[in-house]
Amino acid sequence: MDNIVEKVLKPQNQTSVFIKRKRTFTLAFLGVAALFGISAAITNYDVIDGFESIPKAAYWMARNFIPDEKAWSRLPDILAKLSETALVSVAVTVCAAICAFFFSLLGTETTKTARWLARTVRIVAAFFRNVPDVVWAILLLFSFGQNILTGFFALFFATFGLLTRTFIETIDEVSASCVEALHATGATGLQTVFNGVIPSSLPEIISWVLYMIETNIRASTLIGVLTATGIGYLFDLYYKRMDYSSAGLVVTSIVILVITIEMLSNKTRKVIM
Amino acid sequence: MPILEFKNVSKIYNNITKALTEVSFSVDEGEFVSIIGPSGSGKSTILRCINRLVDVTQGSIIFDGHDVNRADKKEIRQLRKKAGMIFQHYNLVNRLSVIENVLHGRLGYKSVIAGAIGRYTEEEKEKAFQILAKLGLTEQAYKRCDELSGGQKQRVGIARSLMQEPRLILCDEPIASLDPSSSKIIMDHLSIINETMRITCIVNLHQVDVALRYAKRIIGITAGQIVYDGPPDELTKVMIYEIYQSDEGELITDVR
Repeated sequence: MDNIVEKVLKPQNQTSVFIKRKRTFTLAFLGVAALFGISAAITNYDVIDGFESIPKAAYWMARNFIPDEKAWSRLPDILAKLSETALVSVAVTVCAAICAFFFSLLGTETTKTARWLARTVRIVAAFFRNVPDVVWAILLLFSFGQNILTGFFALFFATFGLLTRTFIETIDEVSASCVEALHATGATGLQTVFNGVIPSSLPEIISWVLYMIETNIRASTLIGVLTATGIGYLFDLYYKRMDYSSAGLVVTSIVILVITIEMLSNKTRKVIM
Repeated sequence: MPILEFKNVSKIYNNITKALTEVSFSVDEGEFVSIIGPSGSGKSTILRCINRLVDVTQGSIIFDGHDVNRADKKEIRQLRKKAGMIFQHYNLVNRLSVIENVLHGRLGYKSVIAGAIGRYTEEEKEKAFQILAKLGLTEQAYKRCDELSGGQKQRVGIARSLMQEPRLILCDEPIASLDPSSSKIIMDHLSIINETMRITCIVNLHQVDVALRYAKRIIGITAGQIVYDGPPDELTKVMIYEIYQSDEGELITDVR
């Protein structure tokens, strides 16, 4: 009797699972579609018009952004500002990484000194991380004005927040077991950090620092527009003078730099991992 | 005089989980004790209470004449130096070389700065190589630990604990991740160390047959309480069933 009941019930149960899943997907799709419809209606967004303008925009860009003679004559200026921006980004990231590393040691499960301190560290890191670098730049504009320091600190705060969090996770993940063993030998906290935590988590940490250098070079362009420094300033200047061909050269040089840095850091990662 | 004494030790994790209840036993110098019991019965907690990786809730532990629970930071460091520890997952710094890992056993003896920057004396280095030779790891000395097999890693773990010149070695499931032949090598080394160097060994084990073969004394614990404490030849089958809370014919040791 039981057997028969099972045989009859089982297939029904299985199909009902599939029906349920289909229903969920349909509802989710309809939900997203409704959201799109409402927001498009509010903002007067016309889908067809939007897509139609893409070729037009591409044509305009192709005509205006191609660097001409005048733009090429500005190349030395552009390269100087570009290298300045890149170097500031590297400096910011390295400074923030060193601070974040020692700060994160107080926040990990494995190396924390006190629970309340660990929690404070995590809250502070979350605060710095969740305020975007552009917002930091705008806030800092009030205190430092349009200055390279503004950009430096904006990037520093955002990088510091993000790296603290990732370092905490990395250290807990890769160092927990050897830290326990080193404590058991009678090693002090500092000895454990230098002999256990740093050697075991260094490759991951370097990998994150490289990633942040890439991200910060991109971000510093935008922040430069706000703070009137670096390559962002140059782009803003040419763009507002409607010297689009020079602005185009700026964009091209940024793209080349970013791709080069990314390739370099990928190579470095392969070597150290 | 016993080297280690547990007096009514209880441990409760997070005010809820009872890991140990009123555990009392004492270990004399030079003993080879094996603690057996099911997973989660409190074996690891017992070991970790001895070197204060875990703080006990109640009771006292006397190790080498000192009350472990009353020890301040400096005294804990002194106590830990005298108790080597070996782990199931070896807990080595995998990216460092074998010799560096062995030298970590000296950190408890060094000043904070000398230990942090890794300055070791010539004698310490020589001793490390002697220990490695004893454990058959001379050729591996400069290899990175992640290149080693499990059995070799565990021997590095033993070498690191020997570097501490310990009076007691705590082994937390030392062979649980090893194949039978590596397991035998590790247990043989522990047994030789115990006999020739008179270092007391407390070994947590899952394998009852291994415990019966190597240990001179067995402590069986179930749900945080000692249910057997005596020589291996008095450990009856019925007793084993009680330790593992199972019925006859349901343990893998029965398959024979």
